[in-house]
Amino acid sequence: MEELLTNNKMKRSGPVLFSKYKRGAGIAKALELGRQKILFEIKESGLKGRGGAGFPTSTKWMLTAASTAEHKFVVCNADEGEPGTFKDRVLLIEYPELVFDGFVIAGYAVGAEKGIVYLRGEYEYMLEYLENYLKQMRTDNLLGNNILMNENFNFEIEIRLGSGAYVCGEETALMESLEGYRGEPRNRPPYPVNTGYMSYPTIVNNVETLSAVPHILLKGGSWYNTFGTSKSTGSKLFSVSGDCNKPGVYELPWGTKISELLKLVEAENTKAVQVGGASGICLPKFQFNRTLAYEDAATGGSIMIFNESRNMLHILRNFLEFFVEESCGQCTPCRIGNVKLLEGVEKIEQNDYTFAYINKLKELGGTMQVASKCGLGQSSPNAFLSILEFFKDEVFHTKVDGGENGKER
Amino acid sequence: MLVTEKNQLSEDIEKLVELYGDKRSSLLQILQAIQKKYHFISDFAQQEVARLLNIHPVEVYSTISFYAFLKLKPGGRNVVRLCKTICCDLQGKTDIEVAVKRELGIEFGETTKDRRITLGYTNCLGMCDVGPAMLVNERVFTQLDTESAIKILNELK
Repeated sequence: MEELLTNNKMKRSGPVLFSKYKRGAGIAKALELGRQKILFEIKESGLKGRGGAGFPTSTKWMLTAASTAEHKFVVCNADEGEPGTFKDRVLLIEYPELVFDGFVIAGYAVGAEKGIVYLRGEYEYMLEYLENYLKQMRTDNLLGNNILMNENFNFEIEIRLGSGAYVCGEETALMESLEGYRGEPRNRPPYPVNTGYMSYPTIVNNVETLSAVPHILLKGGSWYNTFGTSKSTGSKLFSVSGDCNKPGVYELPWGTKISELLKLVEAENTKAVQVGGASGICLPKFQFNRTLAYEDAATGGSIMIFNESRNMLHILRNFLEFFVEESCGQCTPCRIGNVKLLEGVEKIEQNDYTFAYINKLKELGGTMQVASKCGLGQSSPNAFLSILEFFKDEVFHTKVDGGENGKER
Repeated sequence: MLVTEKNQLSEDIEKLVELYGDKRSSLLQILQAIQKKYHFISDFAQQEVARLLNIHPVEVYSTISFYAFLKLKPGGRNVVRLCKTICCDLQGKTDIEVAVKRELGIEFGETTKDRRITLGYTNCLGMCDVGPAMLVNERVFTQLDTESAIKILNELK
């Protein structure tokens, strides 16, 4: 079946997406509030970056707003490459009014005149739809010059395509790519809020972060922070896939227990839940009472469910093959580390390993977490370390209760 | 390469540079457009782009080699990429893989002799809830079975 623009099913919408929203309402409200109040409401809401890193959105915005640079940019990160994540796809198609209104508001709040959507190459099929949507916004005076008759506010949005590189979801790599270079992450600091796109102050926000903004302004930051936990306020979109009856995108408040989510999506015989995509952690049954929140099991939205029939080593191998391919190759811990971890998995598969070797690999994983230049290498050993820890019985066949002896194969 | 083809390519690139601008930041967009029309970016095309953007050709080469969707070697008229990341894998990617290879008589990474299809893999397409998924040029197909996958391939011109 061709993936058309209407195939997306929201399985469950929560406070943000559920409430009715009229296109442009958020922008009108923003213009009425003025810059200071917008920043205040965002700070009050406690909104944090929804891509996974969880940096407070208000801090980013304030730093850029305070800058006196000649130009400023807003970038919407739609390079949704994390395995198991597809919430941005659904948001862009089903709720473009939230995403783009949030985008324009961000532009207004920080005083930028130009916004760029970095859409991953794989999502080119929705390009025309999005371009048409932007055209409509221009017709309705929600984009372009003098937005909503406000003489001092011009904002234009351009959509740029990626070309199939996972690492370009990292904000500095994304900017290298926008500038026409190889998508290799930059050193940080300086952070994009000082030195971003073309060396001008730039805020980079995830699609989902921007889409939360209009409702926060309309209903107030104090309304938004009533949802979720004290450190993770508001709601989150979870893209659920894997072994369950109802995969899809779910909007739930932060602080939802993994077991509650599993019940909701009708997952049976669940052995493991991978929280946060390939770069996240793999949790076994006895940890299903943990909560989904920045302070506990953090995720950019990806929840992958594996049932009892799945081979954890096969899953781990798939993740590591992914990282070996997607590492940009710039820094050594990531470029070589991932290859070594994959080699280790192959050795385990061939039953050709020693525990001294495995322990060395675990150490290597720890080194990668601290020594890699960007989030990719810092998080790629997570799956390796958590699967080898939580599923060691299965991976290393540690139990010696007769095993398969005497059983018919 | 025939002289007329060369001229055509140069003309195309000049138009693209005019459209996107002769700045370094336009490079990726220009390369994407060349890739779309010619299915790869030849040495000559790289030199032309470099000349018009006033950068060294090796800069162009280096950028192309970084991105999975930009190619240095000629490919087929259609590029088929099967998602091989875990969720599609668990939903039966291997069956599709086997069926597609058998139907086209080529391995992944190869192009059919008539230059109709280049077969390849891609990492997560973001269709994890509706896998297995396949990217055909820029169109995405989901919930494949072997029958529908082969039908899609055979309809490609």
